[in-house]
Amino acid sequence: MKAFTYQRADSTAQAAAAAVEPGAKIIAGGTNLLDLMKLQVETPSNLVDINRLPLDKIEETPDGGLRIGTLVRNSDLAADPRVRQRYGVLSRALLAGASAQLRNKATTGGNLLQRTRCYYFYDITKPCNKRSPGSGCAAIAGFNRIHAILGTSEHCIATHPSDMAVAMRTLDAKVETVNRQGETKVIPIAEFYRLPGNTPEIETSLKPGEIITAVTLPPPPPGVQVYRKVRDRASYAFALVSVAAIVDSTRGRIRSARLAFGGLAHRPWRVAYAEQRLVNAPANTTTFTAAADAVLEGAHGFGGNDFKLPLTRRTLTGVLLEITTQS
Amino acid sequence: MDDHESNRAPGAPIRVEVNRRTVIETGTTVLLLTALPRAAVAAGSVGNNEPLPPPVNVELQINGRRHSLTLDPRTTLLDALREHLALTGSKKGCDHGQCGACTVLIEGRRINSCLTLAVMHDGQTITTIEGLAQGENLHPLQTAFVEHDGFQCGYCTSGQICSAIGMLAESRSGMPSYVTEDLTKSAAELTDAEIRERMSGNICRCAAYPNIVEAIKQAAGMPT
Repeated sequence: MKAFTYQRADSTAQAAAAAVEPGAKIIAGGTNLLDLMKLQVETPSNLVDINRLPLDKIEETPDGGLRIGTLVRNSDLAADPRVRQRYGVLSRALLAGASAQLRNKATTGGNLLQRTRCYYFYDITKPCNKRSPGSGCAAIAGFNRIHAILGTSEHCIATHPSDMAVAMRTLDAKVETVNRQGETKVIPIAEFYRLPGNTPEIETSLKPGEIITAVTLPPPPPGVQVYRKVRDRASYAFALVSVAAIVDSTRGRIRSARLAFGGLAHRPWRVAYAEQRLVNAPANTTTFTAAADAVLEGAHGFGGNDFKLPLTRRTLTGVLLEITTQS
Repeated sequence: MDDHESNRAPGAPIRVEVNRRTVIETGTTVLLLTALPRAAVAAGSVGNNEPLPPPVNVELQINGRRHSLTLDPRTTLLDALREHLALTGSKKGCDHGQCGACTVLIEGRRINSCLTLAVMHDGQTITTIEGLAQGENLHPLQTAFVEHDGFQCGYCTSGQICSAIGMLAESRSGMPSYVTEDLTKSAAELTDAEIRERMSGNICRCAAYPNIVEAIKQAAGMPT
C-alpha cells in the first residue's frame, strides 16, 4: 500500500472540500477501496474517512418512497422491513452480493462507486485503459469470461459489478450529491453511470469533490419483484448475468414491466424498447423472445463471454415465466 | 534464532535481536526488517523512498481491554491485532476479504479485519477469538467445533467461529439471507441451507463444512 495521510471528516462540507484536492479519496466501508490500494490499483495520497458523518438513516419521503443515507450498510438496507415489504428486488439484490461480513461494512454510496472486477484492471503489470488511460485493453483479446457484451468500446469491455445498482435501476432511484460549495444535486440513476467510450476511467457523472449523500427510491411500481443472479458458484460470487424485474401481469397478460441487467455492461443495462414489447402482450414464449431480442440488440461477445448471449436470453425467459405463472 | 516471542508479555513490542549468527543464518532480510518501522513492514511498503505519513493514535477496546496504539495509517485492523498486539488468533488467509479467516466482531457485528484500517475503528469495541472463552470455559461455539470436528488444519477456525457468532446474532435479529423464501416474514428459520448461505464468506479448504454446520446447529440449540 502506498503511503497516505488520514483525516476524519466532521461534516459533508469538510469531506467535499478535502475530496476535491488531487490525490484525495473518500473512504466509507472501504471493502473495495482498500483491496485496490493493497494492489496499488488505487494510490490515494490523502484518505478522507466519512464514517462518522450522520448519513446512515433510512427515512420515508413525503411521496411514499424512501431516502437511504449513503452510509447505510448493505446488510441494514437489505434487512429494513420497509425495503423487504416494498422493494423486494433491492433486498434480494443486496443479499445476492458479497458475503455477510462485507455487507456489514459496505455502504450504499460505496456500493454504487465500486470498481469493476476485470482481472486486468486489478493487475498493475497489464495494460488497462481504465486504470492507466492509453495503455490498451488486455481483456479484449485475453480472458474475458466475465466481461461485457453490450455497450463496450474498443478501449474497455469491463462490467459494473454491483447487484444493488441493477435493482436500483429498475426502481428509478435517484442519487443525491453535495459539493464543497454546499450545492446539492439529484442525478437519476439512468444518468449516473457512463459507458466506457474512449474514457473508461470516467465511470460516473460525479464531478471531482462531489459526494453522494443519499439514494432516494420513488414509491414502488405495481407488480412482482424478482432478482435472479447467475454465477459460477451458488453464493459469494459476482454475476455472470443478473436480472432485476418488476412485472405487473394478470391471467397470462402483462400490464407493465421493468427489466435491468447486471454482468452485461459497464452500467446496469435497461432497454425501454424491450419493456414496451411486454406491455399488453400475452405471457408466452413469442413475447419473451421479442423482449430478449430487444435487450440483446447490438450485443456481441469477445470469445470467452459469448455464452452470455444465450444465458441472458434464458435467464430473462426464466424470470418472466416465474413471475407470470405466479400472478 | 532465539524465541523471543515466548518470553514476551502480551501487547509488548516484538523485538528482533540481530547478532552475527542471526545474519549468517537468515541472510539480510532480518536486518532490513529491523531497520524499518514495523507498521511499514506490515503495510507492505518495504523498499521505496516515500516519506512515511504522520502516525495516528488509535484507541481500541479489544476483548474487554483498552489498547492505545500509535500506527502508520495504512495498518489494517488485522495487522494491528496480529503484529502490534500479538493477538494472532485472527488469521491472514487471502488478505483481500475473500476467505473470512480474519473475521472479527466490531460492536458485535462480523467484518473482515483485513479490509479495514485500524484507525477507522478508533474508540470502538472489538471481539476476537481470544476474547470468547471465560477463563477455562470455552464459548459454546468453540466447544461445538471441538465436539463436531469442525476443522481439520484449523486455519479458518477462528474466523469461522467469530463469523458464526455474528451470524447467529443476525439471524436472531431477523436479518434475511439470499435463500430466505419469504422476505416479509420477520425471521427466517435457521435451516442447513440458511446456515450455509449465511456462512459463505468463510472458506474452509479442508472442506469441513458439514461438521461446521453441525457445530453451529448445536451451539444454536438446534437438533443435530
